[in-house]
Amino acid sequence: MKIRKKTSRQIHFVTVIFVALFLGMMGYTCHYAVTHQQEMINNSYNSRQEILISQNTRGTIYANDKQVLAQTVTDEQGNETREYPFAQMFSHVVGYASNGKFGIEASSNYYLIQSNAKLSDKVASEVSGVKYPGDDVITTLDVRLQEVAYQSLGVYKGAIIVSEPSTGKILAMVSKPDFDPNQIEQIWNELLADKESSVLLNRATQGLYPPGSTFKIITSLEYIRENPDTYQTYFYQCNGKFVLGEDVINCYHGTVHGGEDFTKSFAKSCNASFANIGMSLNRNKFHDTLSDLLFNEELPVSFAYSQSNVMVDESTSDSDVMQASIGQGTDQITPLHLNMITNAIANDGVLMKPYLVDQVVNYNGNVVKQFSPDSYGALMSETEAEALTQLMTEVVENGTATKLKGQGYTAAGKTGSAEYNSVKTDSHAWFTGFAPAEDPQICVTIIIEGAGSGGDYAVPIAKRIFNAYLNP
Amino acid sequence: MELYITEISKYLITLLLALYTLECFLVFRHSDEEKRSGTYTRQNLLMFFVHFSCFLVICFETGEVEYLFFYIFQQILLFATVMLFHMIYPKGNRLIVNNMCMLLSIGFVILTRLSYEKAIKQFFIVTASIAIGMLIPFFIHKLKFLKNLTWIYALIGIAALGIVLILGSVTNGSKISYSIGGITFQPSEFVKIIFVFFVASALYESTDILRIALTAIIAGIHVLILVASKDLGSALIFFIVYVFMVFIATRNVGYLLLGGAGGCAAAVLAYQFFSHVQVRVQAWRDPWSCIDDAGYQITQSLFAISSGGWFGLGLFRGNPTAIPYVEDDFVFSAVAEELGIAFAMCLLLICVSCFVMFMNISLKLKDRFYQLIAFGLGVTYIFQVFLTVGGGTKFIPMTGVTLPLISYGGSSVLTTLIMFFVIEGLYIIQQDEGAKRGRRKKKKSETRRRASREEETEIEDTEEDE
Repeated sequence: MKIRKKTSRQIHFVTVIFVALFLGMMGYTCHYAVTHQQEMINNSYNSRQEILISQNTRGTIYANDKQVLAQTVTDEQGNETREYPFAQMFSHVVGYASNGKFGIEASSNYYLIQSNAKLSDKVASEVSGVKYPGDDVITTLDVRLQEVAYQSLGVYKGAIIVSEPSTGKILAMVSKPDFDPNQIEQIWNELLADKESSVLLNRATQGLYPPGSTFKIITSLEYIRENPDTYQTYFYQCNGKFVLGEDVINCYHGTVHGGEDFTKSFAKSCNASFANIGMSLNRNKFHDTLSDLLFNEELPVSFAYSQSNVMVDESTSDSDVMQASIGQGTDQITPLHLNMITNAIANDGVLMKPYLVDQVVNYNGNVVKQFSPDSYGALMSETEAEALTQLMTEVVENGTATKLKGQGYTAAGKTGSAEYNSVKTDSHAWFTGFAPAEDPQICVTIIIEGAGSGGDYAVPIAKRIFNAYLNP
Repeated sequence: MELYITEISKYLITLLLALYTLECFLVFRHSDEEKRSGTYTRQNLLMFFVHFSCFLVICFETGEVEYLFFYIFQQILLFATVMLFHMIYPKGNRLIVNNMCMLLSIGFVILTRLSYEKAIKQFFIVTASIAIGMLIPFFIHKLKFLKNLTWIYALIGIAALGIVLILGSVTNGSKISYSIGGITFQPSEFVKIIFVFFVASALYESTDILRIALTAIIAGIHVLILVASKDLGSALIFFIVYVFMVFIATRNVGYLLLGGAGGCAAAVLAYQFFSHVQVRVQAWRDPWSCIDDAGYQITQSLFAISSGGWFGLGLFRGNPTAIPYVEDDFVFSAVAEELGIAFAMCLLLICVSCFVMFMNISLKLKDRFYQLIAFGLGVTYIFQVFLTVGGGTKFIPMTGVTLPLISYGGSSVLTTLIMFFVIEGLYIIQQDEGAKRGRRKKKKSETRRRASREEETEIEDTEEDE
């Protein structure tokens, strides 16, 4: 009988094994289904999307003050038209919903095709023979700022991103050349045929540009990290160029800056001095800092973007390090990424994840899903952010962005004039910065293709945007 | 109005099945069938409501009254099964019969939704199977020579599988079935039961190394024939059942470890040598990269499971037929899509409840032969559920076996019903064993306080040890 008792223990053991196996499988199944629901609905192989589209009217996309950015209008025959009241102004950021999907229309597609309308509303729809009202999306976009940014860029190609450093909310996002999403089906082939200007590319998030002098922010951060106590005693005598062997780095338009400390080198954007600084840096540590700032890595955003690439490590040649230090050579960055780094500086080093959608609400305005500001973590220490803010304030006070001076607030920023071909006069105008410097509320990143110097072309646009937001 | 009914019924159906599932486990509080009878009656009512609500939704969604008649026939069958079984076998276990009918009714609902034609076919097969199955407990009880047919079982098993390998027709790249007189059989299903009888009869008396080796060779032949037929799911079931049964027969955990190691080695070899194994493993690890071919089925299954949410899209409101072979191998995903993940989880818990009851019966059987059979059939059942559900949810690689009692397939449902009725037979044997001992015990101590069944058995064991 003792033997039999042992067997019962073994049967218990097997029972427990299988019960545990099942509990594991059930947990896994529920978790997988719930966490992957969105990407699965959006998968083009999934026919359920068609079911939802046939049941629900596509929801409306609103600006942060509930102005309509995109809506579906159904005529008496039941034909649906997607209307974009602001036409070109929000073309890239809101996107389009036919001929593939783009922008918020793509990233929020899952929400727009669902309907969480009340049961009684659904019944009412059924009685009157129309589709259920889909869920609406309220974005973080501010119509007024978008308008200022859109108008300011004028006929230039380029991009502007305006965001809120303390939350990561994107307030405006412009990319030019633009298109009219109301006409997307008619102009589609034309847009695809035009390979040269890449109209459909959202330059703000997907455009890769040489960062030019705006990259000196990153070079400076690395220099401060390596020389936290002595960087302020740095001195360099600029004679308009920096020569190392056969390589020559010229200052913008060959300007001779004379004797300068670290702050002045930054404020005046002295290429020769920064090539000199770049040569002194530890390349492995520089590589780590670039990784900290999300270069060559994925960005924590939920919309389409391109990955920036700036490579410095042990194997990088002297010549390439000099070029990289001043943001030339093979360096490439998106306006979005530069905006994120600027946001982190403005927010004591902490990066808030950028986001475009604030709320999903049902037909009656009841909140279905609320997106809250979400911290990615610190890209740099508070001290480092403070040091960079001082340098960037000096750019406005005594450097290349003096056009921003005397506005009733103190701005901080960095200009850039990124050369993109051998012809010296051709350069992209950059500005990235925030205001007020003491208590940053708004952050702006601007690139204007082929316009000239950042100080002359990009800074005035920044001023208009800052003014619109801070001195309405 | 329809919308109110379909929307509300979504939550109602889930709630009712959840209550049913709860009763499935509450039943284990008592070990006395008489005390459990309240639970069983409540289960019967809940079964009825779940089944009825589902068909109500089907009628509303399709607008076809035809389904109502089909429902009435199903209801009569299930009601008759529950009542007749109780009348014929008053000592039988009602949880097993209830769960069997509950699972069958879920099967009818989902098959009706997927393919009315197949559902009707399935209904006739189930009716015939139950009629046959009702006799099984009687025979299990009476036919004592079942213990002595060891080598006959082995012979039948190998012959049946061998014939399919040589003459069988190819379905989805596997040779698993053959036809006689227009009826298609899938012998690997029936051989599962015969195999359990073989292992039990070979090992119940003695487990010396020679016997183990001999049975291992026979089991190995079964598995190899199935591998050669490319029926990997069945091969795996036979292998696992054999290893676990040897473990219970010998009480030596070493065999479990040996089996595990051997299984891993075999899996690695299979992966090295068979391209279709590699394809399946690839489709499991990253179905999204091969969504056009090898990953198509599994990704469609995942779409189905995730699209329903906790309460499902509602019957006829999803698109489960997008999954290839949905009514055979992926019926679980169809249930999850239209009736909801919560419903599907309850379904799995009902399967687990059956398994726990099987193990409970095995535990209490004094006769080693019957104990091994109850155990072997329990493992066969639960492992098959695990393979099909795990495969459809990307928990493990896909093997292509059916979900017992729910999937479409005559051989599968007949085999599972036989299994359930065999276990009923064993339960009745166990009750008789218990009754005999009960009488003896009663004489011994009239005054002993009433304790739960488990405690009683334990105390009893120690008494007999003395």
